[in-house]
Amino acid sequence: MKSLFNYYRWLFLFLVAGFCLVPLWATIIGGFKTNGDLRTNALGLPRQWIPDNYLSIITTARFWQMLWNSTVIAAFTVALTLLVSSLAAYTLAHLRFAGRKWIANYLTLGLTFPFATAVLPVFIRVRDLGLLDTYWGVILPQVAFNLSFSIVLLRSFFAELPRELFEAAIMDGCSYPRIFWRITLPLSRPILATVAVLALVGSWNNYLLPLVTINDDAVYPWPLGIMQFQGQYSTDWGKVLAFVSLTMIPAITLYLLAQKQIIAGLTSGAVKG
Amino acid sequence: MPPSQTLIREPPEQKGPPRKRSIASGLRASYRSGSLTTLLLFLPPALVFFTLFVILPVGEAGYFSFFNWNGYGHPHKWIDFGNYLRVLNDPVFRLSLTNNLLVILVSAFIQVPLALWVALLIADQRRSSMIFRAIFFVPYILADIVAGLIWRYLFDGDYGIVGTVFRWFGLDAPYVLAQTGWATAALLLVVVWKYFGFHMALFIAGRQNVPLDVIESARIDGASRWNITRFIVLPLMRPVVVLSIFFSLLGSLQLFDLIIALTDGGPLNSSHSAVSYLYTFGIKRMQVGFGSAVGVLLFIICVLVMLFYKRLFMREAESK
Repeated sequence: MKSLFNYYRWLFLFLVAGFCLVPLWATIIGGFKTNGDLRTNALGLPRQWIPDNYLSIITTARFWQMLWNSTVIAAFTVALTLLVSSLAAYTLAHLRFAGRKWIANYLTLGLTFPFATAVLPVFIRVRDLGLLDTYWGVILPQVAFNLSFSIVLLRSFFAELPRELFEAAIMDGCSYPRIFWRITLPLSRPILATVAVLALVGSWNNYLLPLVTINDDAVYPWPLGIMQFQGQYSTDWGKVLAFVSLTMIPAITLYLLAQKQIIAGLTSGAVKG
Repeated sequence: MPPSQTLIREPPEQKGPPRKRSIASGLRASYRSGSLTTLLLFLPPALVFFTLFVILPVGEAGYFSFFNWNGYGHPHKWIDFGNYLRVLNDPVFRLSLTNNLLVILVSAFIQVPLALWVALLIADQRRSSMIFRAIFFVPYILADIVAGLIWRYLFDGDYGIVGTVFRWFGLDAPYVLAQTGWATAALLLVVVWKYFGFHMALFIAGRQNVPLDVIESARIDGASRWNITRFIVLPLMRPVVVLSIFFSLLGSLQLFDLIIALTDGGPLNSSHSAVSYLYTFGIKRMQVGFGSAVGVLLFIICVLVMLFYKRLFMREAESK
């Protein structure tokens, strides 16, 4: 009975693993194939390994430019999200002032609706600020839409830090800004990592916002670049698959390096929210 | 004098009701402790960002939605509820919402049970379980765009895997993404592929929070593996399931990139979601008024869905 269960358990797990991985395998291997090979032999190894698709992409400046654009946008988004939301969360967690509840509720309003509902007015705002086709036109709205969730996460974490620490620090004449910098932030690394992971992944993969605020392909982040590339070579699947595979590398590398933090960040953030 | 006596000073006895501090002295005190500086410096950045890029745009969407406006100059052609009537009477919009609903149903009845089943099988600390977990989470870390393109290839009748499998049996390969109905079914499959790992990770975290001694004592009492799962583990995991479906709802209402990459809403606009409808008919054609009306409807749907869901399924402690 036990061994039968075990047998089915393994069979089932391997089937699901296949379901997850076969598409990725077919994609990566597909980049090495000629189109004729792709037609008749989607799953097997290439009859002839052709590196041209991969090489022709990584030797173009445009590909690297795109990854660079995404990197800059993501870096500023993460940094600003952490800064702005931790400052606000700290104030809301530790200071008592008139209207505190009101402001806290106001800042969490963003949890109730997705970005898409406001995308057109955001586009017009970005345009009126003269930020179309700039990194800032993506960074600033991204930060703004990260705030609600980040502030909720950070604030509840800050509020749970031991009170005695603050009382002792205040007794010793430490001012609030110093407490923030010297005590709260260093003690909050796990939750800051969570917020950073969420902001990073969100920014790196964001498509809708840059799609409306960026037209100039010199500033394209990679998701726009990949769709443009796909439009150009629509049925030249070898090329497209090579491109797709190359863009998976940063995400998968990061995942392999910091798997625990990433899974915890993406889900524990969810559990606590 | 020993130092402790200077440090800890007893507060002077107060007679009668405590005197209110004057506003000026209160300000001076809070300036010295830095709390005033904190308030004046720490809070405004968030308020400005949030107001400028989140709250005002939502309000503006409400305003623009009453105009026929292409986004240039100032909106002046007021058309009452014209945009709303157009959206609500558009069969494509209704189909898009139906697709959103289908995604939710598939999530709730296929994806969540699958994720839960898998999670219960590999929630232990065995090495093989860790590896399976890592594998199942991989599709989730890829961008929606990438997932969409990969499956666009796999479903391509001339090339991908679907074509190959059909040719093994000597059949002509169907062009899955070119047929209404099938394209939507394909979309649902990709949604499951992409997101079940996320739900699995939630469930594993939930399973690991079930106290071990409860399970242990049931086992000592002779409960079978199935009964332990059915009567102890699953009831204790109810909050996680509720949360998981909540995320499916949220995800469905935001579904966009995947559709653009996989089917671009086609064929015949049959596989749109609410957001891809908004993009295709509002943004692409710069119909700001019309698009805003779709945005407002989406906003209302989101708020209603969440309020109802929280009311119905999430108890006080879970809703935060």
